[in-house]
Amino acid sequence: MKRNVNIKSMKYEDFNDNEYIEAMLKELRDNGTNVIVGCLDDVIEWGRSNSLWPLTFATSCCGIEFMAIGAARYDFARFGFEVARSSPRQADFIMVAGTITHKMAPVLKRLYDQMADPKYVVATGGCAISGGPFKKSYHVVDGVDKIIPVDVYIPGCPPRPEAMLYGLMQLQRKVKAQRFLGGLNKGISEKEYERRMREDTNKTEDYNEYDESGLA
Amino acid sequence: MENRTDIKERIAAIEPSAVWSDAGDGMFKVPVTSFRGLAERLRNEEGFDFLRSLTGMDWGEEGLGCVYHLENTATGENVVLAVADPDRENAGMPSVHDLWKGADFNEREAYDFFGIKFVGHPDLRRLFLRDDWKGHPLRKDYDESLNPLNMENEDTSDEAPSYELTRDGSYILRRHPLFEDQEYVINIGPQHPATHGVLRFRVSLEGETIKKIDVHSGYIHRGIEKLCESLTYPQTLGLTDRLDYLGAMQNRHALCACIEKAMGLEVSDRIKCIRTIMDELQRIDSHLLFIACLCQDMGALTVFFFGFRDREKVLDILEETTGGRLIQTYNTIGGVQADIHPDFVRKVKEFIKYMRPKLNEYHEIFTGNVIARQRLIGTGVLSREDAISFGATGGTGRASGWACDVRKRHPYAMYDKVDFKEIVLGNGDCFDRYMVRVLEIEQSLNIIEQLIDSIPEGEWQMKVKPVIKLPEGSWYTAVEGSRGEFGVYIESRGDKSPYRMKFRSTGLPLVSCIDAISREAKIADLIAIGGTLDYVVPDIDR
Ligand code: SF4
Repeated sequence: MKRNVNIKSMKYEDFNDNEYIEAMLKELRDNGTNVIVGCLDDVIEWGRSNSLWPLTFATSCCGIEFMAIGAARYDFARFGFEVARSSPRQADFIMVAGTITHKMAPVLKRLYDQMADPKYVVATGGCAISGGPFKKSYHVVDGVDKIIPVDVYIPGCPPRPEAMLYGLMQLQRKVKAQRFLGGLNKGISEKEYERRMREDTNKTEDYNEYDESGLA
Repeated sequence: MENRTDIKERIAAIEPSAVWSDAGDGMFKVPVTSFRGLAERLRNEEGFDFLRSLTGMDWGEEGLGCVYHLENTATGENVVLAVADPDRENAGMPSVHDLWKGADFNEREAYDFFGIKFVGHPDLRRLFLRDDWKGHPLRKDYDESLNPLNMENEDTSDEAPSYELTRDGSYILRRHPLFEDQEYVINIGPQHPATHGVLRFRVSLEGETIKKIDVHSGYIHRGIEKLCESLTYPQTLGLTDRLDYLGAMQNRHALCACIEKAMGLEVSDRIKCIRTIMDELQRIDSHLLFIACLCQDMGALTVFFFGFRDREKVLDILEETTGGRLIQTYNTIGGVQADIHPDFVRKVKEFIKYMRPKLNEYHEIFTGNVIARQRLIGTGVLSREDAISFGATGGTGRASGWACDVRKRHPYAMYDKVDFKEIVLGNGDCFDRYMVRVLEIEQSLNIIEQLIDSIPEGEWQMKVKPVIKLPEGSWYTAVEGSRGEFGVYIESRGDKSPYRMKFRSTGLPLVSCIDAISREAKIADLIAIGGTLDYVVPDIDR
């Protein structure tokens, strides 16, 4: 069945890298999307991809550019991103804008874990992608993909606002090319995902060990 | 106080064991045993009330120690003291936190980085790194493999260690509770929209009233100072822009100026002029962002959009010449990266014309607003004395009535040739801290206006050797950054990379005073206080 990944804001041909989207689509088709579920998926994904809410999360310089795309000139509200949430429970994706240090890494992981599925991660700027200028430092994580799965990378130091918008549109497309009912975006199989979820639940049941010091 | 004799002679009289060393800026080497006595006399009798910078050092064979930059705010006299303890394993020094409040956090930093025990310091926890961090990273013998990425959540310890020295030279460790059992402590940050970055407070409350704040930083500690030690001088320039990214120009200006001073290089008037204009544009940019964010925190979202609207105009001008919006990497050693864009002068003039009337808009919508005034006036008062003692420079210090502008205190670049007013207000509350910055935008416009038509002809990049080696010695240079004195301290051993490079953070003194000024305030005021102190967290953590 035909599913398209057109988004309103930009023409399909104008994207530089359509191959990965094609590959994702092919995988979907090969797995045989059921017609009824497929249509339902379409509707849900149309809604989701147009109202992706970011978590207000910024650690350093890239965060200022993130604020700039929230302001009037670049205005990401045009694409449905404007409802930045301060609580991870209400956010759809986390834009890792800035350097992640060793001390911050567990906190970031925790924020990610607190977000509700489906959730996405956008690594913004050299620091989030690979450690950037501070790669050799004793206290910088060289790439957030070492600790959480990343969906879109936006290179730059800091990326220009246009680049950020481009990256966010890529995220929209990715969301559209996914099966919502069944199939998730973690790059792992459903079985594996369920296993991890169960592992998590089991862990939290042991509430005596759960750290309530209130870091988040 | 009239300047009786030269400070060098006076120190020699007070403490004959202090040795003057001439390399670089020159400093006194003081033995550990006599340091405390000398510090007390300098503080109490000689009027050195401002600890500009405290730098932890690893001198290898000579041991671990600190370099103190002191200033007498009344006379403008400066003196540099270096103190070393040769016992590397158990280095200890007397604490001076009671003489200069700003030493409190700085000593914690030096303990964190070098493992120097400050005897008498009441709360010698690590400042930046995790409590379970092994070793001290800025020591030359630090082994990086000790600390792999640790994904365990960090336990917060509620105990403050302090060290006492016994007669036989060993240390006794004592622990004091930070909070009482019955205290109600809440946690704010590191992920909190109002902390302006990843800063964390633990706040003890009684009802709504703040009793105590325990600041945790280091969530964005990037180890820049250590990185610099392995980079050549031109390479180190790349990192300063990313410290306080709202003062990128000024930070880099300070570093370039410091290296130029050490090289004995005088830059042309054109370079000085361009740098001055750029610094001021950056200041306007930063202050606009300050207003935007403060107002957003206080619920006035419109001003956020206004601020960003005007800020984009500055960024456009900067971008045209430098190629960068936020991080410009423009200054170089002995000049600037590229000559100004042909449209630069015209655009800057247009901007000045545009910006002046816009300032009224801010006043109309926010300054005069009843709610804003209610929340800002009288909250978070920082006295002049405290501002000096903490070393809270920049707009914060000037709002408290301390004329601490480096542009006036130690003029550099073109600042002695332009006519501008140093904005000094006296109440030290949130409102004054806000007003100082709005008024400073006007002054910055004035400065630019005086220079823009008469940018001298000349080179925009002096000739420098491709490989830069500094002679042996140490230098300190400061500029007025967007939020206070930004200083660079370089110690060179004659190589092409620095032996030690320290950045005097503008933000560290600002957060160190937050506990003092927020006590007895309401928890909601903390947001206004934090907002008006105007710190940038990566600049605190470095
Ligand atoms: S990528 Fe560059 S701009 Fe972004 S946080 Fe890192 S250093 Fe700052």
